[in-house]
Amino acid sequence: MNGTVYELRDVVKLYGQREVLHLDHLEIPRGEITCIVGPNGAGKSSLLRLLNFLESPTSGQIIFDGHPVNGQVPLALKRRVTTVFQRPLLLSGSVYENVAYGLKLRGEKGIEARVRQVLERVGLAEFARASVRTLSGGEAQRVALARAIVIEPEVLLLDEPTANLDPYNGSLIEKIVASLNREQGTTIVMVTHNVFQAKRLAHRVAFLLGGREIEIAPAEQFFTAPTDPRTAAFIRGEMVY
Amino acid sequence: MKRNGVRLVSVLLALALLGLAGCQASPTATARPQPTAAKPTPTAVVRKMGQLLLATTTSTYDSGLLDYLLPDFEAKYNVKVNVVAVGSGQAMELGKRCDADVLLVHSRAAEEQFVAEGFGLKRYDVMYNDFVILGPAADPAGIKGMKDAAAAFAKIAEAKAPFISRGDHSGTHIKELDIWKEANITPSGDWYLSLGQGMGETLTVAKEKGAYTLSDRGTYLSRKDDLGLVVLVEGDEALFNPYGVIAVNPAKCPQVNADLAEKLVDWLLSVETQEKIAAFKRASGLPLFFPNSEAWRAAHK
Amino acid sequence: MSELFRGAIQALRLILTLDPQVLSILSLTLRVTGTALLFSTLMGVPLGGLLALKRFIGRRVVIALLYTGMGLPPVVVGLFVYLLLSRSGPLGYLGWLFTPRAMILAQVIISLPLVMGFTMASVMGVEPELRLQLASLGATNWQATWTILKEARNGVIVSIVAGFGSIISEVGAVMLVGGNIEGQTRTLTTAIVLETRKGSFDLAMALGIILLALSFIANAVMLVLQGRRLE
Repeated sequence: MNGTVYELRDVVKLYGQREVLHLDHLEIPRGEITCIVGPNGAGKSSLLRLLNFLESPTSGQIIFDGHPVNGQVPLALKRRVTTVFQRPLLLSGSVYENVAYGLKLRGEKGIEARVRQVLERVGLAEFARASVRTLSGGEAQRVALARAIVIEPEVLLLDEPTANLDPYNGSLIEKIVASLNREQGTTIVMVTHNVFQAKRLAHRVAFLLGGREIEIAPAEQFFTAPTDPRTAAFIRGEMVY
Repeated sequence: MKRNGVRLVSVLLALALLGLAGCQASPTATARPQPTAAKPTPTAVVRKMGQLLLATTTSTYDSGLLDYLLPDFEAKYNVKVNVVAVGSGQAMELGKRCDADVLLVHSRAAEEQFVAEGFGLKRYDVMYNDFVILGPAADPAGIKGMKDAAAAFAKIAEAKAPFISRGDHSGTHIKELDIWKEANITPSGDWYLSLGQGMGETLTVAKEKGAYTLSDRGTYLSRKDDLGLVVLVEGDEALFNPYGVIAVNPAKCPQVNADLAEKLVDWLLSVETQEKIAAFKRASGLPLFFPNSEAWRAAHK
Repeated sequence: MSELFRGAIQALRLILTLDPQVLSILSLTLRVTGTALLFSTLMGVPLGGLLALKRFIGRRVVIALLYTGMGLPPVVVGLFVYLLLSRSGPLGYLGWLFTPRAMILAQVIISLPLVMGFTMASVMGVEPELRLQLASLGATNWQATWTILKEARNGVIVSIVAGFGSIISEVGAVMLVGGNIEGQTRTLTTAIVLETRKGSFDLAMALGIILLALSFIANAVMLVLQGRRLE
């Protein structure tokens, strides 16, 4: 199963009494862009937290790169995955310090060159010494993306990364994500409520509703010939509860 | 970010250095001889050899008598006498709790009870001075020149003239209460202010309010010039203020430096020291204390 | 009010002539407060951060106790420490009473809750999602906690300032447990009480001005630490 980076079996997540996720079987293929779509409250963000090992499932099995993940996740494993959230969540200080943060945590060398390179990539080369307080929303989110890219994760998770952004920055981020996948083979899992974004980027789409996976299919099939009527309703833009 | 972290660490280091300096023996401002440290005895930790704790009253300490007397004792016996100045009541509590070695206070009845209850070895007369009734020159209660303290208090109460009491169970306060009792009066009302503070503070309040108060002569003399209060009643035997010295009982308090305490008591009572006490004058040129030890009385019969 | 002016002149004279008694008092004040503040900071900042970030059983009770501790009357603390360190008390064998150590202990008890409480509040003010983000970037618990503490740095420094203010000007507790012994446990505040009691208002005022100057300098240092972060 080398083509699969995540396999989730009978994964249930409860917050107190509330069931937010109940996935019978979900696979995330390696090297592809998988988009997770669904209405609000469908459990998409919770799923991302499980994939980044920020939380543990209440029951069920997660297999990462062929290794079953139980209880305490080894740090080395955790550090192969990172998330870009909807808000940039930057630390106070300069752009450089923020982007270098993940590298410093890992005690890596050659930080300066790598930071400069990734800042170029997101179009913020002259912003290295700028204070984050001076950034616009779109620039801040690009810094967050740079911070994630520079540590060269195997898996990049994104939770509605362009939801708060203007079209220019939104499309810039989409391009960077797409090129990251194309050139480095990074596995991308992106949560979005924007059907059009999913159409543009995804190789594979999973539709979540009420914490359950309704349909998972290659993008083309998902959009042109969905098997489940609820999927079709969602694609049409109808609010699906 | 890193630069500021370095700054934070350097300030913490500075604090640490200050603190470590404090852990060593603190330097003394005057040239007092340094005590040697002692090994703790098996049963109790004796205060470091060569150190005594003398508890006395604030008025005694503020008069400056001890700063004048003690250096001789310290030099002679190679001792450091640490003086803590609190109210008589608190001084005796320190004695009962074994936190002091010797008491020098002026609250006769309480002193005798202290010894009777076994906390002190014996009470000895050391010196005396007197109390005076102070008040504004205008003297609204008309007590100037009276020879009977209780009667003067009675007139103050009758006139409801403002009176400031120390209210802190000090020797002065106890004396004041005794005089009220003698006059058969329980003072209360807006005119009677009970502070719960030392003599100095009490005099300041009396000055501000132009009120009557009872004060030891020594503190009065040291504040005379800026007080604006005058002596209205003096000389009554009831205003006699005897000081006693008591060594804390080692049977109840094994940790006290009984040996040195005894030496201090003996030295205070010796004729030589008593003459020094008699010679102690302040800026006013008048003696503040009158020697009263048995030895001195015998030598001056 | 001429005492204020005369006091200022005398303060200058005492400092410039390096009056030994005043230097001794000043040095002791710095040592006692510096040591107490150091201990309070080293304990209070990590504990405050922990209290803000970790959920455990009885957390609310601990926070309620902390709030109570922040409002403790210093003289009550002094009484408590005295009874603790008294010869006839449980820790009498230490022999700390009427020495600077007793004063440091009292000042730690007074300032620690303030450092801890204000640190806790400022760390709680850092947004909770940030912790998640730091974890996703690969931070261990300790790394994340340290980063969050640095984010809350302004508030943490204010907590130290509050701790400092609570003890530099405190007089009841240090008088009780220190005894105001000349050359040994006499600090600026206890010396001021003594001189006021003796009616030496000019000297008392001079000492007061020195105390204020000391406090100002210390707070200016704190301000430097906050650096650009204050804009």
